[in-house]
Formats: sequence, C-alpha cells, structure tokens
Amino acid sequence: MQRIGVFVCWCGSNIAGTVDVKAVAEALKSEPGVVYSTDYQYMCSQAGQDLIVQAVKDNNLTGLVICSCSPRMHEATFRKTAATAGLNPYMVEIANIREQCSWVHKEMPIGTEKAIILGKAAVAKVNLNTPLTPGESPVTKRALVIGGGIAGIQTALDIADAGFPVDIVETKPTIGGKMAQLDKTFPTLDCAACILTPKMVDVAQHEKIRIFSYSEVAEVKGFVGNFDVTIKKKARFVDETKCTGCGDCVDKCPMKKNPNEFNMGMDNRPAIYIPFAQAVPKVATIDAGACTMLKKGKCGLCSKVCGAGAIDYTQKDEFISEKYGAIVVATGFNVISMDKFDEYAYNQSKDVITSLEFERLTNAAGPTAGKLLRPSDGKHPHKIVFVQCVGSRCENCAEKGKEYCSKICCMYTAKHAMLTRDKYPDTDVTVFYIDVRTPGKNFDEFYRRAVEEFGVKYVKGMVGKIVPEGEVLKVQASDLINNKQMHIDADLVVLAAAIEPDKSARPLATMLTASMDTNDFFTEAHPKLRPVESPTAGVFLSGACQGPKDIPETVSQAGAAASKVIGLLCKDKLLGNPCIAGSNELMCNGCSSCERVCPYGAITYLDKEFRMPDRTTKIRRVASVNPAVCQGCGACTVACPSGAMDLRGFANDQIMAEVDAICK
Amino acid sequence: MNKKDLLREEIIRRSGVNPKKCMKCGKCSGTCPAYEEMEFHPHQFASMIDSGDIEPLIASESVYKCLSCFACVERCPRGVEPAKLIEAVRLSVIREKGANRMTANDVPAMVDEETPQQLLVSAFRKYTK
Ligand SMILES: Cc1cc2nc3c(=O)[nH]c(=O)nc-3n(C[C@H](O)[C@H](O)[C@H](O)COP(=O)(O)OP(=O)(O)OC[C@H]3O[C@@H](n4cnc5c(N)ncnc54)[C@H](O)[C@@H]3O)c2cc1C
Ligand code: SF4
Ligand code: SF4
Ligand code: SF4
Ligand code: SF4
Repeated sequence: MQRIGVFVCWCGSNIAGTVDVKAVAEALKSEPGVVYSTDYQYMCSQAGQDLIVQAVKDNNLTGLVICSCSPRMHEATFRKTAATAGLNPYMVEIANIREQCSWVHKEMPIGTEKAIILGKAAVAKVNLNTPLTPGESPVTKRALVIGGGIAGIQTALDIADAGFPVDIVETKPTIGGKMAQLDKTFPTLDCAACILTPKMVDVAQHEKIRIFSYSEVAEVKGFVGNFDVTIKKKARFVDETKCTGCGDCVDKCPMKKNPNEFNMGMDNRPAIYIPFAQAVPKVATIDAGACTMLKKGKCGLCSKVCGAGAIDYTQKDEFISEKYGAIVVATGFNVISMDKFDEYAYNQSKDVITSLEFERLTNAAGPTAGKLLRPSDGKHPHKIVFVQCVGSRCENCAEKGKEYCSKICCMYTAKHAMLTRDKYPDTDVTVFYIDVRTPGKNFDEFYRRAVEEFGVKYVKGMVGKIVPEGEVLKVQASDLINNKQMHIDADLVVLAAAIEPDKSARPLATMLTASMDTNDFFTEAHPKLRPVESPTAGVFLSGACQGPKDIPETVSQAGAAASKVIGLLCKDKLLGNPCIAGSNELMCNGCSSCERVCPYGAITYLDKEFRMPDRTTKIRRVASVNPAVCQGCGACTVACPSGAMDLRGFANDQIMAEVDAICK
Repeated sequence: MNKKDLLREEIIRRSGVNPKKCMKCGKCSGTCPAYEEMEFHPHQFASMIDSGDIEPLIASESVYKCLSCFACVERCPRGVEPAKLIEAVRLSVIREKGANRMTANDVPAMVDEETPQQLLVSAFRKYTK
C-alpha cells in the first residue's frame, strides 16, 4: 500500500480565487492511501518544494499528488523535488486544477468540487504507480544532411565547424540548390553566386564534410542517436576521384541537344555535362538517357578526350551504409507546374515564363548571358507584365494550385521589376497583385523603392487571361482601384508561380517516419517553440522543406537546426522517456495492429519460443517495442485487440482507476 | 431578420455560393468578356451581395449583360462562382410578377439568318421565369 502525500497549491489567487484549497486538501485526506494532505501558496517556490521534501521525510511518503497548474508547466519541477526527497521521480502525479479548473470556472463551489474530483483521480492513479527508470542508448557522433541547397550547406558547415563529421546527400550532380540559379537576391541585391559559391567551396574543403552528390537516401533504419542509413550513389559514369572538371568532354560530346535543367530548359546541354562553372563537386556527369554510347554502344568520344581517364561507361549504382546520430532534412522546394493554368498560355507561348526562368534569363551565366531577351525571338521586350500569386492562395487547390501564400514571390517580383527598370529604363513594367506582402526587415522599403524610384507600375487586380497573338501577348486584367478592365499588349509575361515541397519529400518522410502536413511540408515538433525539430526524435528540419522561406530565414533556420544537432551529438548517452509502451508477450497474438498504428515505427515482431503447459515448446510471433524509438503516444495500446500492449506510467489499469475515481 | 438580410440569405441559398470565400483578387473581372457592358462586375457581385448591398444589383442591367460563359467560375482561385451569384440575382428579378425580360412574343422578331436558334432558346430560358 502506498503512503501518499497530497499538496494543494493556491498559485496565489490563480487557483485559490475560485477553488477552496483548504477544502480540497481536507477532502482528499480520506482517500485510500493518503496519509498526509496540505495546502500552500506557491508549491513550486523553493519554500513549497522544501515543504514537500520535509513531508516525505516526516511521513515516509511513497507517492505524491500535486494539485497545481498543468503538468506541462511544472511536472519536471516536482519530479526533481521527488528525487531530492529520495523518491523515484515517476511516483509523482499532477492534478491540473488551474488550466482545467480554476481558470475555466467562475463559481467557488463548482471549482472546488471539480478540483476534489481531479485530485481523487490523481490519488487513484498514484496508488498504482511504480518506479520507472529511463533507458540509455549511445550516440553516433556523425550527422546526415539530406539536400545540398543553401539550407543543407549552412547546416552542414555549422555542424562541421563544431567538430562533428557531416555527410551531405544531394540528388543533383552539384550542391547549391535553387540559390545557385538566382541572379541577384533581395533585399540587398547582392549577387547570389557571389555569396553562395564561397560557401560551396567551404563545404568542399571542409575536412569534416563529405558530399554524396548525384545520390539519394535509399533506406533509413534505427532511431535517434543510432540511425542506419543506406545511400544510393547513382551511376554518373565518371570517376569522381579522377575527373578534374576541365570540361573537355563537355565540349566534344556530339549529343548536344538535351534540355538544360539548370537553365530551366531554356537552352541545351550535351549528354555529358557539368551544371555550371562553380559546381561542387566540379565533376562531369553523363545523362544516361541521352548518351549514345550508353544507349547503343556507339561514340565513346568523351572517353577518348578525357586526359584524366575518368570516364567509366560500366559504372553501376553504388550503395553505401553509414551510421548517424542525427538527420537533417533540407530537401527544399520547387516551382509548381503551370500546365493547368491554360488562361495564362504558359504552354502556348515561350514568352510566358515563370519567375525562376526569369532569374536564368537575367543571370550572366544563363542562356542569354544575362541579356533580357524574349525566348521566342531573342528580341528585347519593351512591355513586361508580372503576375503575382499564380497558383498560390488557391482554394481549388488539389487540381491547380496551393492554398497557402508562397511568401517569397511578392519580394522577388519587386526585385525583378526593379532590376528590369534599372537596367532597361525604356521598358514598361506592370505588376498585378492581390496584396503586396512584404513583412521583413527592409522589405516594404524595398517594394516602395520599386514603385517610387524605379517607376514600376503596381496594379491591384488580377490577370484574367493571356492570349498570344502574333508577336504580342494580349493581357486582359482587372484594375480594382480604378474599377476598369485593362488590356495590355505585352512582349513578355512573368508568372510568380507558387512553390511546393520537392516531390521526393513524401517518400523520404515515410522512410524517416517524420510527419508532414497536407501540403507535404515537413511538420515541426511545435510551431512556435520547437520550429527546427521534427516530432520524430533525431530528425531536424532546415529550409524550405518545412515551409516557404527566403534565404535570410532559411539560413537562420539552418543554423538553428545545426545547433540542435550539435546539442544532441555532444551527448555520449541519451536518456529515454521511461513512459513507453511494452507488450505482454503472453497475451500478444502477433496480429500487427500495433505496428500499423505506431507513427514512429517503434514496433517490430520477434519469433519467440514459449513453453506450453503441456511442456512442449511453441514458436509465436510477438510484438516488441524499441524503447529508444517509442515516443509514448499510446496509439498501440488502444489498437491492441488483446490488451497486450500497455504504456508505462499510463497503464490501462491506471487510466481505468482514474475514470472510476471521477465517476464514483 | 430585416428585409436586406432576408434578401441576402435568399440569394446565397439560391446560388449555393458563399461570397465570404472571395479574397477580392479581381481575377473574375479580369477574365470577364462582358466587362465593358456591365455596370457592376463579377467581383462586385460577390462583394456587394456579401455586404447585403443587393438593391443596386437588382436595379442594374448587369444581370442581363452577363453572358453566363462561366469563365469567372472556371478561373476564380477561391471557388466562389460569381456567375451563380449573378444568376441568383437575375432570378430574384424575373421571378417577380410581370418581370420577364423576354416573352415568347418577342422571339419571332429576333429570328434572322445570323442568330443561332440555340441562342434564342437559351436567352428565352434565361430571361423568363
Ligand atoms: C524565382 C525565385 C527567386 C528568389 N529570389 C530570392 C531572393 O532574391 N532572395 C531570397 O532571400 N530568396 C529568394 N528566393 C528563395 C530561395 O530560393 C530559397 O529561400 C532557398 O533556395 C531555400 O533553400 P533550401 O536549401 O531550403 O531549398 P533548395 O534551394 O530547393 O535546395 C534543396 C536541395 O535539396 C536537394 N534535394 C531535394 N530533394 C532531395 C532528396 N530527396 N535527396 C537529396 N537531395 C534532395 C535539391 O536538389 C536541392 O539542391 C527565390 C526563389 C525563387 C523561386
Ligand atoms: S508572397 Fe505575394 S505573390 Fe506570393 S503568394 Fe503570397 S501574396 Fe501572392
Ligand atoms: S506508444 Fe506510440 S510510439 Fe510507442 S510503440 Fe506505441 S504507437 Fe509506437
Ligand atoms: S476571382 Fe473569385 S476570389 Fe477573386 S474577386 Fe472574383 S470571386 Fe473573388
Ligand atoms: S459568366 Fe458572366 S460575369 Fe462571369 S465571366 Fe462570363 S460574362 Fe462575365
């Protein structure tokens, strides 16, 4: 039988204002197991905690019920108090008589009655509490970063600078992500390459960082501190250790007409290519779908011209296994497809482009060497129309666009419009907007400069349709402020297309058992207080894979994710949460219900030998919970049809005892 | 409920449209081929019906100028369906006694070589209770 002490807190007038605390202490005195009951003004204060410790000593208490604020607030505090008093910290239960009682009731008698009931439930539970000890597991001191955009780059550099080895897995032949494709960047207009490429070089030269480019994560097993990851290095048919990046092969390759992904398909590249001059690693890659040597065994020119002997037509995909303590997801975003926006004629006219294509058109390393020329005829456009919110803020989302605001397009459209007017003052630039959303340091000032200094015309209204007619694009739009319909003959139209998470993010999330929202952005453990952690222990989030973000935000989040990873890798051992599930093997029938509901993949099955009453042995399949992975959510305990699965600290009989106490 | 609110409820019920979904982007009015003919434009129907300002719409010729092409319905990013609101207002007008816009007697005069029969049939349906 437990010897339980009850401690009712006033929380100043927070609780005592609507709950008669003395009456609560008095009423709980006669509950089974209770040998001591008292009240105090601030139980969490040093004096309050001392009072608890003293009471434990004086009364040989074995369990504590604290009637106070939410356990979210002070459960940890009172567990420490119990430990100080020599009790197991898990012999403490909190009855929340503030958030769930005094704050929601106005009348003293009602508040008091409810507080007594909540106190009785907690007493009933403590009667069944048993001491719990958290398990320990070791930590592999290496991190994996998935995605090598600016987010992944920054996270990797920060972790590596703290002394821990980091591997970056990047699916493209080079790291750099979308930022490498941008021209100048808002709000300060520094050139993207000038600030990004030095960081890429830092990554390449860092002794603690390995880059797996043209690679993907194939399998993830294990749990926080102990992930086992298989990385698939896709065959690039070039030996990375030999290739010097000289580009001789690229010049000689006869298969020159393949859409250049890096330039958004606006020009062509050969079958063997290096995406851009500052690529990291600067190693050629053969596009197997375009190379005649790989397809038909004819050609082999690149191998002949390569002085380093790096070309290897027999290369196969390679699988590498590595252990990691922490995983950072930094898979970024893509621009959505414009195929369904017939009204904007994207597929009918080459002169209707997305903003990312516009970046390439104005980039000195782009298809036009930085000259703003129409894709259709190479002429300089004199009338440009920008359309914001294309596919963003769309309620009919599933088929066409996205329900959210893509966040970055207002600012980059202002940037594009401003830069165009700056470089080509003879160009007429009109931006159609629903709202201009520019919260951020120096952001609104930036947009206003586009209007006031650079003469960009901002029209509140939306483009309804675009019809290509001869050389021009007939743009029909509304001007809501002047209450008229506008008709513009434009030379070029730029669509600020919505952004969405990379398509590979969903299968990756499944592999990591990390959760996503309905838009496939990774969800954070807490939207405000734990923004860079996924709810899955050991998995962290960096950059636009978690939600639309510009570069300043991406970099800050990347650093934050790194600091969380460093905090984890600094530990030698991890203390688990002891309130985890466990199956009673005698009752488990191996039905797999629990495995199916466990959101963290904590449950596996073992074939175990059991001795039967008739002395024979029988092999049965039983559930086994990995204590390091289980987060104690309890989903399995409700799913289990045979009542075999139970949650320590929240056992079925404890919950029933609480319910009984409440209903009594 | 006062008369104004009743009318608003009626239009919303009849059209099955929730004008609160409108984010006032103006894409409907940007796309509307009958814009110049209309005194009130599709986005204004959404916004004025929402605020209960329906009398001016009823009194306006706009309800007959809408071509019911449904371009606004097709392109509205929020699924508001402005043409259905216009339709609902038009019905409020023509359902009144003697308020038919067209009668069968008007039709013969309109028949000529150019005008497709289908157009007259639709117009007759649309403008008559
Ligand atoms: C047109 C345009 C203009 C912009 N202009 C500006 C600007 O001026 N200023 C500004 O601050 N921001 C700007 N941005 C926003 C900026 O591009 C983003 O903030 C930034 O790129 C986000 O970085 P990221 O690393 O999270 O994502 P990304 O840049 O998308 O990088 C993600 C990386 O992960 C890789 N990857 C994806 N999936 C996997 C996988 N499964 N396995 C391995 N690797 C994977 C991708 O190949 C990519 O390299 C602009 C964006 C656009 C579209
Ligand atoms: S950032 Fe601006 S352009 Fe982009 S979706 Fe949001 S409001 Fe529209
Ligand atoms: S309690 Fe939750 S996390 Fe733990 S094994 Fe059960 S379902 Fe998985
Ligand atoms: S297109 Fe839809 S959301 Fe936009 S103004 Fe018209 S009705 Fe409102
Ligand atoms: S249905 Fe009517 S309001 Fe809508 S676009 Fe067509 S003509 Fe204009």
